[in-house]
Amino acid sequence: MAAITLIEAVTQALAYEMQHDDSVVVLGEDVGVNGGVFRATVGLQEKFGELRVLDTPLDETTIAGVTVGLAAQGMKPVAEAQFEGFIYPMMEQIACHAARLRNRTRGRITVPAVWRAPWGGGIRAPEHHSEANEHLFTNIPGLRVVLPSSPARAYGLLLAAIRDPDPVMFFEPKRIYRQYKEEVPDDGEALPLDVCFVLRDGNDVTLVTWGAQVKETLEAADALASQGISAEVIDVATLTPLDFDTIAESVQKTGRCVIVHEAPKTAGFGAEIAARLAEECMYDLLAPVERVTGFDTHIPLFRLEMKYLPSTERIVEAAKRALAAS
Amino acid sequence: MPIAAKFEIEYLQYLDPEGKQVRKDLPEFAQDIDQMVELYKLMVSTRVFDTKSIALQRTGKLGTYASCLGHEATHVGIGASMKPEDVFAPSYREYGAQLYRGVRPRDVYMYWGGDERGNDYQNEPAKHDFAWSVPIGTQCLHAAGSALAFKIRKEKRVAVCTIGDGGSSKGDFYGAINIAGAQQLPMVAVIVNNQWAISVPRRIQSGAQTLAQKGIAAGLPSIQVDGNDIIAVRKAMEDALDRARRGDGGSVIECVTYRLGDHTTADDARRYRGKDEVEDAWTKDPVKRLRIWLESKKAWDEKKEKALQEECSEWMDNEVNAYLESKVQPVSAMFDYTFAEIPADLEKQRDLALSLEKGAH
Repeated sequence: MAAITLIEAVTQALAYEMQHDDSVVVLGEDVGVNGGVFRATVGLQEKFGELRVLDTPLDETTIAGVTVGLAAQGMKPVAEAQFEGFIYPMMEQIACHAARLRNRTRGRITVPAVWRAPWGGGIRAPEHHSEANEHLFTNIPGLRVVLPSSPARAYGLLLAAIRDPDPVMFFEPKRIYRQYKEEVPDDGEALPLDVCFVLRDGNDVTLVTWGAQVKETLEAADALASQGISAEVIDVATLTPLDFDTIAESVQKTGRCVIVHEAPKTAGFGAEIAARLAEECMYDLLAPVERVTGFDTHIPLFRLEMKYLPSTERIVEAAKRALAAS
Repeated sequence: MPIAAKFEIEYLQYLDPEGKQVRKDLPEFAQDIDQMVELYKLMVSTRVFDTKSIALQRTGKLGTYASCLGHEATHVGIGASMKPEDVFAPSYREYGAQLYRGVRPRDVYMYWGGDERGNDYQNEPAKHDFAWSVPIGTQCLHAAGSALAFKIRKEKRVAVCTIGDGGSSKGDFYGAINIAGAQQLPMVAVIVNNQWAISVPRRIQSGAQTLAQKGIAAGLPSIQVDGNDIIAVRKAMEDALDRARRGDGGSVIECVTYRLGDHTTADDARRYRGKDEVEDAWTKDPVKRLRIWLESKKAWDEKKEKALQEECSEWMDNEVNAYLESKVQPVSAMFDYTFAEIPADLEKQRDLALSLEKGAH
């Protein structure tokens, strides 16, 4: 078994599920012959044909609405938004229909669809190609928001997302698409949705994050360990519905929490986690909850983008502030 | 200069506003007078239903209601031409088509009466149709997606969507007909051009001479029909559905009709259009013209009309009673259809809502 990157794990999951379930189809701009601009769908059209791997007209609204229609007829479409920054025209179809049809028809029509989107900054991309806007979707009832952070989790969570009977936003941290390889057996084993993954056990501080920021957060935990501080690292993975219990259990143990995300701070998903901690874990906390996030600005063009994205140093400092507070 | 492309939009009409037959080549279904009587009956039922709905709203028994007065030929014509296995993706006014496909008046009352169960159609074939789409034009893409599913699965089914003249300005409409053209999808997009998008007239909705010609831009056969002439509507629909079923792709049909009522019960059309215009539109009434034609064929008379009106009233009274007697959903219904399985956090919120109900908080 060869080791594969996160993007290759996406391809492997798509190929596995298309092979084993005829109702799975892939659609989007350039997903066919070209195999996607990041090559997530490479080789799929050759194997499964032009209709099941459909190059759509260049219109995000069309992709999103056709996806709803396919899913309503019992297909399991996996739509690609070429970049997270281009997902806005899809939002009406996602919010008004995909996330809502089960409810508004009392379960008569459902939308078992997945929207994949390369997400986040850090690849020196042009304007509108670096957005992290997962929080715009976490406030939509009936929708799952999932972010993988490793090749194995990309494979297992994407399989789970495709098999889920409800619509799923699957945001792929493109900064770590090819960051490292790991062995991911192509066994069709899904990972559970709606649960956090504890990536590292620790006793002094809880670091909560998702997506590409898992990289800096694990690095921060290493740096803290070298200074004798034991950090627990939680990858939230499914933002909504949130597995708050795992976060609460950890904070009950450590008494300190640092939330890390690259989206803007105000009303980012970190705010929801901080509010839940205030509501449910106030008396377990030994220090104020810290948030290390993108700023409340547009992500700058790439000469400055690494100054915008939370760095390992900022996470370490926040953890130390939390420790110093008690 | 050489011509890169040329197009024409045909206009189809069999019955003029006076109920006079203007073409000799009646389609097959129209030669069967019993079938035409059945269509007439449904058009009248639709109108009785509509009148009843407005009365319910005016007496506080419905929320807002969108009337279909004047659209009966277009709507019933669409419903009558579709096969049960086809799929309908309507906007929020197409009751005539939906009644034909098994939606019950009580479902419509339920929906406009503030209850999601109105979208849970119980009877086939409506049971596999989409529910009314409120965000304008979005349903066109659901039809395109459905048509793509049929094509992938090699099913001989067609997806039909309806859209208003205003809705034809939306990108969703163009997106749907565009992909239908690009992929030869079995889809029929019907533009129900009733001249008014709330207060905005057709004249400033688009600079195109016809709305049908928007289909030309997508590479689809496109036609304009007299939407108050059910024979023309059904004929154009049947041709388009046949083409789609044969694998020859989608079509656009513009049905020219008129919204005789307000946009909804929350609207007052007197604010933006004159009495003369509406009076003139009444002279083109789709119900009246079919009745005159049927009478000229000795297939209809005053006695039958009276009996039909009574039958329709009785039907609607039963439906109204069923609606009024229905119990409000339990509070838990707000939560139970958000996901296939209720997540733990949402379950806690449901418990809270239930406890509030019991006065525990």
